Amino acid sequence: MNNEQFNNRNVNDSYYLVDIKDYPTDGWGKFKRVVKRTFRGELFVGLWVVLREMIKFDIHTIQYPLEKMPIGPRYRAVHEMKRLWESDTERCIGCGLCEKICISDCIRMDTKIDEYSRKEVSQYTINLGRCIFCGYCAEVCPELAITHGGEYENASEQREHFILYEDMLTPIDTMKAGKQLEFEGFGAITPHEDERMKKTPLAY
Amino acid sequence: MSKITINIDGKEVQTQEGEFILNAARANDIFIPAICYLTRCSPTLACRICLVEADGKQVYSCNAKAKDGMNITTQTKTIESERRAIMEVYDVNHPLQCGVCDQSGECELQNYTLEMGVDAQSYAVKDIDRSSKDWGHLHYDPGLCIVCERCVTVCKDMIGDNSLKTVARGGDPLDDIYKESMPKDAYSMWNKLNKSIIGLTSGEEMLDCTSCGECAAVCPVGALVDTHFMYKSNAWELKQIPATCGHCSAGCQIMYDVKHTSVQNPEDKIYRVMNEWNYVSLCGAGRYGFDYENRVAGKDEAAFANALEAFKKADTIEFTSTITNEEAYLLQALKEKNGYKLINKEAKAFQTFLKDYSEVSGTSLYGSDLKAVHNSNFVISVGAALKSDNPNARYALNNSMTVNKGAGLYFHPVSDPVIDGMGKSIISVNHAPLQEEAVLYLILDLFADKTKLPAAVAKYLASFHSQKTVTVEETIKEEVIEITKEMKLNSETGEEEEIEVKKSKMVPKKISKEVQVDENALLKIVGTDAKFEEELEKNLKKKDTFALMVGQDLYTHPHSKNIARLVALIEKYSDFKLTMIPPLTNSLGVALICELDEVRGEYSVGYNTSGDFTLSALGNGDLDMPAINQQEGTLTSINKRVNPTNAALSYNGYELNDIANALGLKAENVVEYTVKLPIAKGFRAEIFDNLPNYYKNDGTEVRGYVLDNIALSVSGDENVEAFSEEKLEGTLIYLANPVRQFSAFTNKATNLDEISGLYMSEAYLSKSELNEGDRVKVKNEFGEIVLSIVSDNKIAGNIAILPTFDSKLNSGAMFSNYRFATASIERV
Repeated sequence: MNNEQFNNRNVNDSYYLVDIKDYPTDGWGKFKRVVKRTFRGELFVGLWVVLREMIKFDIHTIQYPLEKMPIGPRYRAVHEMKRLWESDTERCIGCGLCEKICISDCIRMDTKIDEYSRKEVSQYTINLGRCIFCGYCAEVCPELAITHGGEYENASEQREHFILYEDMLTPIDTMKAGKQLEFEGFGAITPHEDERMKKTPLAY
Repeated sequence: MSKITINIDGKEVQTQEGEFILNAARANDIFIPAICYLTRCSPTLACRICLVEADGKQVYSCNAKAKDGMNITTQTKTIESERRAIMEVYDVNHPLQCGVCDQSGECELQNYTLEMGVDAQSYAVKDIDRSSKDWGHLHYDPGLCIVCERCVTVCKDMIGDNSLKTVARGGDPLDDIYKESMPKDAYSMWNKLNKSIIGLTSGEEMLDCTSCGECAAVCPVGALVDTHFMYKSNAWELKQIPATCGHCSAGCQIMYDVKHTSVQNPEDKIYRVMNEWNYVSLCGAGRYGFDYENRVAGKDEAAFANALEAFKKADTIEFTSTITNEEAYLLQALKEKNGYKLINKEAKAFQTFLKDYSEVSGTSLYGSDLKAVHNSNFVISVGAALKSDNPNARYALNNSMTVNKGAGLYFHPVSDPVIDGMGKSIISVNHAPLQEEAVLYLILDLFADKTKLPAAVAKYLASFHSQKTVTVEETIKEEVIEITKEMKLNSETGEEEEIEVKKSKMVPKKISKEVQVDENALLKIVGTDAKFEEELEKNLKKKDTFALMVGQDLYTHPHSKNIARLVALIEKYSDFKLTMIPPLTNSLGVALICELDEVRGEYSVGYNTSGDFTLSALGNGDLDMPAINQQEGTLTSINKRVNPTNAALSYNGYELNDIANALGLKAENVVEYTVKLPIAKGFRAEIFDNLPNYYKNDGTEVRGYVLDNIALSVSGDENVEAFSEEKLEGTLIYLANPVRQFSAFTNKATNLDEISGLYMSEAYLSKSELNEGDRVKVKNEFGEIVLSIVSDNKIAGNIAILPTFDSKLNSGAMFSNYRFATASIERV
């Protein structure tokens, strides 16, 4: 394989190098630079900008944590576990693909056979201390069960803050109210998915 | 059989005359897809995917034999379309929930579907209700089943239980249009598939077999699954550790599948045992008895100090053969250093037997192995409860019956429905206990070359033969001439006249005749059936490869010396290839490495057996030791092979090597002793880390190394004593285990749930006044024990069986040395 296309990192031919004067190397030159920078009065320039904007009352700062910016639907923050719209039960089937694909090895799950002879996830954890929020788990999930949410405030007293399945699962009242949000990022169903499928013949 | 050359896809390939094309290709790394074929079993012809073109003709490579100069093409246009159609058919109505299937990607249906490039489905048939079934230790999901019949084949051809068969599926027949439109082979394969599903031969709800689980192992999809493993883990999460099974002397290659215990517990746990089922078949103990490890929190320094104290005080080390060669070497080294007596009853008996055998045979070891049994077509077993002593020996016997169309003789006092179930060509002879010598004389008489036998032996054998005059009723055809009168038209005169016509007719007539026949008194002494000779003659037709297996009954026999010499004579003067079944896991290794003593001293240290101070891997001793699945080392198998095994689980405590180091030997790891195993006994100076543990594509076993069978100088004295008339009669007990149990280690495994007690056959129970579950007292001159009765339908006859797997029972104390004893059984 030819690596040329990777080696040429110039996105656009109109890029040009900025003309920057060489830094002084001798002692006298360095002294001159210090004096010049110190007595330029740039501090007052900054102070004036602040004063001007204050007087104009045109403030852009977001008052976090009282105010928050809306975030994009494909933002990858703390994981969420979704429920099925049809039955409100959990979507996760315990296939273990997220556990396998996780490159920081932070997902672990235990499965067992339940009373209906189905596979049941008995324990599921994500070690957020190790998670790099790459989104592979959401991408690989065949059931759209694990997704990323918009909740980015995951500060905690402990670095190894685990989250359990129950913490991530859509609360049942949110579900009943029909307020579960679908993730539109990687792994979500792409438009026109149906048209791309071949149909299996059925003898019914 | 001669070497031939065939040509597969332009590649010149050497193979044996009569080898299947598929096996020839596989041995030479040429890929031919095949689903239903199992190496070592007879071809099933269910999947038909192994189609190839041989000399321009389409054949199934799994049952077409290679001929010299054959030209084979593995892929043509028609074959490709057949294969694709077959894979599409397999995908019809197959669930798409691969995410929750226990096969988790180790799926041949998935692999071949992708291999054949199936990206769309063109066939359909109405599905029927195929709900899953619980068969006890197995779980069957007909929805996932592709009816390749591998489970049925392995159960019939390898295991010999015949517990599975195909049953009618019901449901709609295939649409008529497919007959015309589909590729021919794919249609006929589908037509058969659509009519069948796997069911139990017994017709009952639950499986009642010897529970080996081999059917689940060979299942290419997730249809047959071990119940204990259901939905426990994905295959890809498990780390495979190549090892050697530590339960019996077969030394099967196994893989421990290991993963962390749970989300909370990062400690490793064994989830299941896998095997190379094309080349080795496991028994239930090997497959399900894996969690016998001894978990300890850490090094118990106080107990270790006590152990050292005990070793200083002791003059005897008692141990069982469930240890590695290296540990046996350590014990021998300690004996040489500190003068301990080494006591191991069962290995001592085997060692003595081997020595006595060598005096006649002139070789340090028996000449053959189980592979020869697999490949022979007439097998005799003497003195072994085959199915429980060494399940692999039983599989070898069954395999030679089914695949080589062989026959056999099974000599044992306890009649065994499992052996009888192998077919009519095996004759079971239930002789009286202690009569094994007579049995061996009978074998000599029937099969040995009498002209070469020592004259005294030949003369002794001749003394059992006598001429007898018997009256035989025979039906012969006699010619009878009848003279009848007929009216016939005379062509000359034109008149009807009466003429006499002679007609000859063959009329059957019964006559009785007196004939001289040879009467063999040995037959009566051994207690064979009246028709024995007749049946044996029939069974011996077209047989050319012979194998003899002998077992522990002979080693412990009071006349074991004479028996060993007889066995050697059979091997020397007949076509039989001899295999001895070592009593326990590493009895052969221990017998070769250790100098064992008869009598114990005053203070003993017990290793896995109770002593004044007990080291135990069972967790009940004074100092904990690692179990075989926590150890590295080598084990010597029945096949005279030194097999390496690896530690599947970690062990935090002290091991025997630590004690040896404290007592003045020096090795960081116990496997440093592998290289030092005695070369004079046939071992090789191989470093443990260099020992391989795998099978090649053509089935060659590349595991450890085979012991050298060393030639010994012999005196040439081949005399044997006459057999003793002595036999045990009355209420008999026999020291053997139920299938799937070998020792206290198998008893510890959670998935092996055999109950300890006095095993009695159903017929025995119905005849006596005893019932299952009754508490009985078994008493004889050696001792008495009280235990419950267990009804066992895997044995027959009137001999009760005392198991050894429950160390609480101390059943060994009821026997002098020989595995049979008389006893009274009374209800308490």
